[in-house]
Amino acid sequence: MKAKYEMLFTGAGGQGVILCSIILAEAAFLTGKNVAQSQSYGPEARGGLCRAELVIDEAKIVYPKVTHADFLLALTQASLDKYGPGVPADAMIVMDSSLQAPENLGSGNVVALPILYTASKVVGNVLTANIVSAGAIDALLGIAPGALLEQAMRMHIPWGTEAMNLLALGEGSKLGAAARRAARQ
Amino acid sequence: MASRLIERYMRGAYLPHIWCAGCGNGIILRDVVQAVDNLRLEKRDTVFVSGIGCSSRAVGYLDFDTLHTTHGRAIAFATGIKMARPELKVIVLTGDGDAAAIGGNHLIHAARRNIDLTVVVLNNNIYGMTGGQFSPTTPIGDFSTTTPYGGIDPDFDIPALAQAAGATYTARGTAYHAAQTTKLIEAAILHEGFSVVECVTTCPTYYGRKNHRGNAVEMLKWQRDNAIPVAQARNLPREALEGKIVYGELWRCQRPEYTRQYAAIIERAGGKKQ
Amino acid sequence: MAEGRRLLLHGNEAVVEGALAAGMRFFAGYPITPSTEIAERCALRLPQVGGRFIQMEDELASMAAVIGASVVGVKAMTATSGPGFSLMQENIGYAALAEIPCVIVDVQRAGPSTGMPTSPSQGDYMQARWGTHGDHPIIVISPSSAQEAYFETIRAFTLSERLRVPVILLMDETVGHLREGVELLDASEAAASDRLARDDAEQAEKPYAVLPGEYVPRLSPFGQGALYNITGLIHDDRGFPTSSKEAADRLCRRIMEKIAMNAGEIERYESRHMEDAQVCVVSFGGTARAVQAAVDAARGDGIRVGLFRPITVWPFPEAALGRICGRVRDIVVAELNGGQMKMEVERVAAGRCRVHHLGRVNGAILTPGEILAAIREVAG
Repeated sequence: MKAKYEMLFTGAGGQGVILCSIILAEAAFLTGKNVAQSQSYGPEARGGLCRAELVIDEAKIVYPKVTHADFLLALTQASLDKYGPGVPADAMIVMDSSLQAPENLGSGNVVALPILYTASKVVGNVLTANIVSAGAIDALLGIAPGALLEQAMRMHIPWGTEAMNLLALGEGSKLGAAARRAARQ
Repeated sequence: MASRLIERYMRGAYLPHIWCAGCGNGIILRDVVQAVDNLRLEKRDTVFVSGIGCSSRAVGYLDFDTLHTTHGRAIAFATGIKMARPELKVIVLTGDGDAAAIGGNHLIHAARRNIDLTVVVLNNNIYGMTGGQFSPTTPIGDFSTTTPYGGIDPDFDIPALAQAAGATYTARGTAYHAAQTTKLIEAAILHEGFSVVECVTTCPTYYGRKNHRGNAVEMLKWQRDNAIPVAQARNLPREALEGKIVYGELWRCQRPEYTRQYAAIIERAGGKKQ
Repeated sequence: MAEGRRLLLHGNEAVVEGALAAGMRFFAGYPITPSTEIAERCALRLPQVGGRFIQMEDELASMAAVIGASVVGVKAMTATSGPGFSLMQENIGYAALAEIPCVIVDVQRAGPSTGMPTSPSQGDYMQARWGTHGDHPIIVISPSSAQEAYFETIRAFTLSERLRVPVILLMDETVGHLREGVELLDASEAAASDRLARDDAEQAEKPYAVLPGEYVPRLSPFGQGALYNITGLIHDDRGFPTSSKEAADRLCRRIMEKIAMNAGEIERYESRHMEDAQVCVVSFGGTARAVQAAVDAARGDGIRVGLFRPITVWPFPEAALGRICGRVRDIVVAELNGGQMKMEVERVAAGRCRVHHLGRVNGAILTPGEILAAIREVAG
């Protein structure tokens, strides 16, 4: 990961991509880095397109929004179609494997992961897609050690959902680690 | 004994008051002070709050901590005082326009919370300070400077409104029935919860003149002849109460008081030791 | 400074933590986007420290309840956004005239009217100064980061308590919903100054009289036996309504002078790269973050440009900006409105330099790229 890393998280309202970005922000913050997390917010977050931004920097962050995305998460076709073409050529795109990659994506560095399948079929609750995503992204990028990621997650999930979300985080980590190994080969 | 009351509870330097000759507000204010005296309320533990209008000027004459606020908002200011210092007695003096028109929302929501405030509404059925426009308690058909053809707006029954919204004590008195009104105000102050006492006063200058009700004495006599004690009114058919004033204690019940409930929240949240 | 806690908080949360550190123990509010998290966190946090939260029926009532709590000596705050800020104005004026300390947070959103509730704006800049009727004093502070929101909230309480004036914390959605690391102080370090009170014979007689050389009356809280009157009518030193022209003049001048006479303590701004600058970008709040990035980039290209950022935006830092106006050739005012701060800058510049405007009224923010382009164009 570069010293300054700019990330976009996109999906449908209700999928929890904002929470995913907050957990990763918290994890990076716990490692001692500077972070700036924000989101497009409001009624559109209830069903329509939803977008969160995260800047992680070893130096002080002046402008807190994403200007040059290094990373894009897309959990719906609509969000991939909207934000995929605009990312720079060196950005990594993580998309759910149920989606069709459009031809005009800005970057060829596309990682398709079965995030929604894992959440609904392996963890057993599609609402954990954001936690699966967080685990996968952290494993792919090495934002924070697993223990700090777990600590970050615990700070932001509802009381009583720990067991399910820990499972989701672990399954996500497996997806990310496998993809990372595949990319190296 | 008015002179003793004045000496003890009123800011003599600011008397005589600004109200018109024949205005009933002075009688109601005396009832309030008499109630405070009967209950031996400590001055330093009692705060009077008012809004804007003829009646709201009353607090200026009271030798207490007195907050003369903005139009309609007296109950909201009083809510802040009571929440911040629940041990204080907080008494609101307000008028019909102040409490039931511009401040109507605060009246019903304070009633809903059942916060321990005593609200004395001096109802003169008119906007006096601005020169005689109809208020939410001007009877339908009556005249004012803004109902030159007679009013088409139905009027509010303030105690019924407060009761429906959740007030746990309501009463009505009149300027004529001074002794009874004093007792009603006393009971309201003693009641833990949101209490409303409507005090029907007289405005010979505007309401009386616009509606041919005669001078101050004739208006008070009208109150004497047209006020019905609540116990008697309960046995009368609705038509018999048309145009009459039903006075006495109208409603009383017990519900958890708001600041007491909040104290329990502080305890639950661990803030009591602070 | 003792080791404080560092937390990841968004600007709205940082405001609450700052307020609690300053000793705020009462909050009244009404839900409105994008300020609601302030009420939510107060509802959770206040009872933990023995404070009290109440959700009122509207913003008129919220502002009234805040003043009521402050009258009995409790540090009090409310938070809102544009439509609610409009509803609060009458009672903000009451607090200004009756000299009741209080802090009002306005997390600005795009307007006018219901506008774009979730989109950022800086369109309440003039309203924060002139929103309530009559001539009145006010202090307005606009932070540009979550950390600054924390510290400036503490300072807002200090200024409000010491000068007995409403202080507006003028946030924008960009800062309110931005999560960043925030260093929290120990309560002992953070405590804002308290209002001064006196309980001597003169206080009882003339609560609104000020001591020689002072501008702020030392009213004691209600409920301590002082037994005085507070009114929104023009009043004399005794706190009673008066129609005396002399008394009205004395009161209205004094409440404005108490701000002017303490300008040094109130004023706060950031000046960056201004030593040799030929172009100055003036900006405030969240927008200044984009400006700083653009100025840094322009400096990299050798353009002699600097940033002037009022933190206390009212009273406007006219002396400091005036010195800049005499030195630079161009000023660009970058703000999310139709030119509100630009009017102030033009007034201060008084023709000494060219004043340009880069504004936005569509609910979008200004980006560093757009600001850099404007700097390049002006720099020639």
